[in-house]
Amino acid sequence: MEHIILSAHGLKKHFHTKRGVVRATDGVNFTINEQETLGLVGESGSGKSTVAYTVMGIYPATSGTLVFKNQDITAATKNRPKALKQDIQIVFQDPGSSLNPRRTIRQILELPLQVHNTVPKKQRVERIAKLLEMVELPIDFMYKSPPAIGGGERQMIAIARALATDPSFVILDEPTSALDVSIQAKIINKLMNLQKELNLTYMFITHDLSLMRNMGSRVAIMYLGKICEIAPTAEFFKNPLHPYTQMLLSSIPVVSEKEEEFKPKKVVSTGEIPSPVNVPPGCSFHLRCPRRMEVCSRIDPEIVTLQDNHQVRCHLFPGATGG
Amino acid sequence: MNRKLLDIQNLEVGFNVYGGYLKVLNGVYFDMAEGEKVGLVGETGCGKTTTAKSVLRILPVPPSKTTGGAILFKGRNILTMSKNEIRDIHAREISMIFQDPTAALNPVFTIGDQLMTAIRYSNLHDGMSKRAIRQKAVQALKEVQLPDAERILENYPVQLSGGMRQRICIAMALATRSTLLVADEPTTSLDVTIQDQILRLLGALIQEKDTSTILITHSLGLVREWTERVYVMYAGVMVETADTAELFKNPLHPYTKGLMSAVPKLTGEGIAAGIEGRIPDYLHPPSGCRFHPRCPAVMDICRKEKPPYFDCGHNHKTACFLYRG
Repeated sequence: MEHIILSAHGLKKHFHTKRGVVRATDGVNFTINEQETLGLVGESGSGKSTVAYTVMGIYPATSGTLVFKNQDITAATKNRPKALKQDIQIVFQDPGSSLNPRRTIRQILELPLQVHNTVPKKQRVERIAKLLEMVELPIDFMYKSPPAIGGGERQMIAIARALATDPSFVILDEPTSALDVSIQAKIINKLMNLQKELNLTYMFITHDLSLMRNMGSRVAIMYLGKICEIAPTAEFFKNPLHPYTQMLLSSIPVVSEKEEEFKPKKVVSTGEIPSPVNVPPGCSFHLRCPRRMEVCSRIDPEIVTLQDNHQVRCHLFPGATGG
Repeated sequence: MNRKLLDIQNLEVGFNVYGGYLKVLNGVYFDMAEGEKVGLVGETGCGKTTTAKSVLRILPVPPSKTTGGAILFKGRNILTMSKNEIRDIHAREISMIFQDPTAALNPVFTIGDQLMTAIRYSNLHDGMSKRAIRQKAVQALKEVQLPDAERILENYPVQLSGGMRQRICIAMALATRSTLLVADEPTTSLDVTIQDQILRLLGALIQEKDTSTILITHSLGLVREWTERVYVMYAGVMVETADTAELFKNPLHPYTKGLMSAVPKLTGEGIAAGIEGRIPDYLHPPSGCRFHPRCPAVMDICRKEKPPYFDCGHNHKTACFLYRG
């Protein structure tokens, strides 16, 4: 039996701006099982980072609930107990800006140990050395500062910092999108090994579906603040159902014939993601959808569960229209 | 057809910085024929953009310094041209599309101002009327499938989305009817679905206008789908060149092989280990072959000598001692 570690129900986060209400996430439901990797994939502006920040408590949710290990954590950071903050950690996209350039690596890795007071003062250096070893960096890195090391190494430090408090749940917000592929491969392999060693659960945010194919146990596709398809990885890539997913997959440039055959038939990509201030009525994708029907501009489809735990939110599938 | 359009020979470019001299381009060779679509692929900091900017001679001098080599464009050496000659080259021969359309467009001028300036300069000697220039601008925007062209001419860049801005940069680059288009990571800042649209559009337009193109990118996938011939660049050297299909079927250089295996595959075969180490410090570049500290097949000679190009048949060349035959 798989244990659910995190579940979101009707999670919404709206921002009020001068130009109107930005519906960054607009009713998101998902669950994450222990020790799995849920991939959250979408284009820029789809709301994937907002989901991550809401789970972290950086943003308070507008409505909906978040349950982590049977505990309601919908509250924002300041109202969360310290033990909870210790248990949920995040790695940001750009290690150049998430690490303070004026601190040494030692200071950076020591801060979480100080704040949570998990390690007695005398043993902290030892613990820092161990963290560096965990990400395969030499111990003398302790005395360097972020600008003196490479981008890949910086991201390894950011990972070590996230792991300093022994979390069970780590959010990876595009951890490799600022890096080159040869370095990305190293980091992803490290992350997957650490997951096994430390029994971690990952929420992996990315816009790169090919990376997701090799990393996640389940994939969720987001578009304009809503999840439009969610399925176990193998099933998802074998049988992508939502027209948006098909458009995404067929737009990916690939490096071999074999992959070319694997892609869904060419779906010509049209239009751009609309502004989340002006979400189109009905299904938010209908303006770009090659298979749109009359009903799509009127009614927002409901998510339906098909076989193999494959969920999709589209009127093409019976039950989505509701009623 | 098949005349040599661009021929770069042993180009050496460096930068004077605090702390010393960065020798970035360490003898770059590159050539392309008229009408060809050539890819230039490599990772961050390998000198792709430095090469492109050298071709347009838009690197700031100082700190940059060209210490050797030649860039022949239609047989004339760009490096020895006068300022006026370079301006003519920019106006009607070589255009460039930059990675970040937001930085490439001036935020305080309207799209119309900027687009019409480009068109005016490319037709300086033909004495076009203002109205004709405006007509050409509208037509250029229509070519890149921007609706409501008249209104967009009055817009400022901030009023448009990233995809639209890149379309405008493409319109601007192609409106000058240049012979050579240098596209430097034209879609890196865009989402895949938008990337797909932009590249399809660009492909159709250069076909129609018979423009030769250099596509600079870090994405092997794009190169495979888009180009006829590829150069792989590492640390200021072209390490391998071949026809695109041949390169993907039969990569030779250890760097190219490592790069290809590091790309995550849609078919899900797991992720290879990547390449150990990182791109060298240009202040103290490694001796011999610049890839040797990271190379899994390193030999003694690699540490001492810089490898020349070895011809491996099928138009396939690589700078690696493994293939000295």
